[in-house]
Amino acid sequence: MEKKSSKLAILTKGIIKENPNLVLLLGTCPTLATTSSALNGAGMGVSAMAVLICSNIVISLLSKIIPDKVRIPCYIVVIAGFVTVVQFVLKAFVPSLYNSLGLFIPLIVVNCIILGRAEMFASKNNVVDSALDGIGMGLGFTLSLTVIGAVRELLGAGSIFGIALPWLNAHPMMIIALAPGGFFIYACTIAAINFITKGKGVKGSFDCHGCAMASICQQEKCLAELEKGVEA
Amino acid sequence: MSYFSILLGIILVNNYVLAQFLGICPFLGVSKKLDSAVGMGVAVIFVMVLATAVTWPIQQLLNRFEIGYLQTIVFILVIAALVQFVEMALKKFIPSLHKALGVYLPLITTNCAVLGVCISNIDDGYTYLQSLVNSLGAGIGFLLAMVIFSGMRRKIEDNTDVPRAFQGVPITMTAAALLSLAFMGFGGLV
Repeated sequence: MEKKSSKLAILTKGIIKENPNLVLLLGTCPTLATTSSALNGAGMGVSAMAVLICSNIVISLLSKIIPDKVRIPCYIVVIAGFVTVVQFVLKAFVPSLYNSLGLFIPLIVVNCIILGRAEMFASKNNVVDSALDGIGMGLGFTLSLTVIGAVRELLGAGSIFGIALPWLNAHPMMIIALAPGGFFIYACTIAAINFITKGKGVKGSFDCHGCAMASICQQEKCLAELEKGVEA
Repeated sequence: MSYFSILLGIILVNNYVLAQFLGICPFLGVSKKLDSAVGMGVAVIFVMVLATAVTWPIQQLLNRFEIGYLQTIVFILVIAALVQFVEMALKKFIPSLHKALGVYLPLITTNCAVLGVCISNIDDGYTYLQSLVNSLGAGIGFLLAMVIFSGMRRKIEDNTDVPRAFQGVPITMTAAALLSLAFMGFGGLV
């Protein structure tokens, strides 16, 4: 019984409690860049989710074989392989989405959520748990991208999922769909979460302590050394 | 397209951070202090130009053998290896430069702006020299945005009038939105 509930917890924690980009503040680049409409946001979310699930499964299977010293390049190769597959699938079946996401599909490789989950979860847990974690985190990512995308599309273009709404359609706020609107709506979303949870909701921060990559990029160590003036 | 218009376009009009949302993580993470912002910016310029100098010929090689679809895998591995190699070379031969830039180099491996500039040079069909200029411009634009933003952040973080819900990350993002809005004024320049 206890085992079952913990599986459920792994699956659901990524959706709300540890939502990767609204609570942990990871993967900011695709969040800002691909949410100009709800469909784009959802498309990006689903693509990243597919890569995340597959890479979590493969990395957790290989975690005993991969030597510790070269684990990051190995993870990157696995992730890049799946990204190439997703790229082909999108190009073949949804070319319109492929064109609107453009550069951000190959850039899923360097999405810190995926490498972060590989490093923090998949390399230490079994296959089933890793797959569930991938599904949960992927769903959380998709959900928040879709919500931000829907808000931006509603205000910026007066439509939702491509369906024009009567009054809003005639009075679009162009700026929301453009770059500054991306920053602003993201800021407002985080502020709303802060307001609802009275400041306890958002756990991440943009310094290295909040970054999932800290163990990979050694920035924390580097910053400490920077302050001491010791050569890295 | 002249080299000057590529340079101006990528620095001001299509600024990588503020208009194209590439490299947001270091932009928000390392911009708290001016000196670290400058260090990161210079390191990014350095790696971007170097990565383009290496990846552009590799793409021609891949195209020649008709395996251009391996672009993503090959580029990220080349960049990761290159950054490691540069770090080792700097440490051995130019320790003073390594002291200034070395701490930022490992961060750059997974920086989406570096991979982004390599891929977009190929996608836009630039020649070798145009690609190098474009990468240089992208790096300079990144440095410019970092320096301006670190100044803005110091003002914001001194301010205590921010509403509670907006304190911390949201107000930083709002400031980034205003800076991005200011850069939109350069639209149509090139």
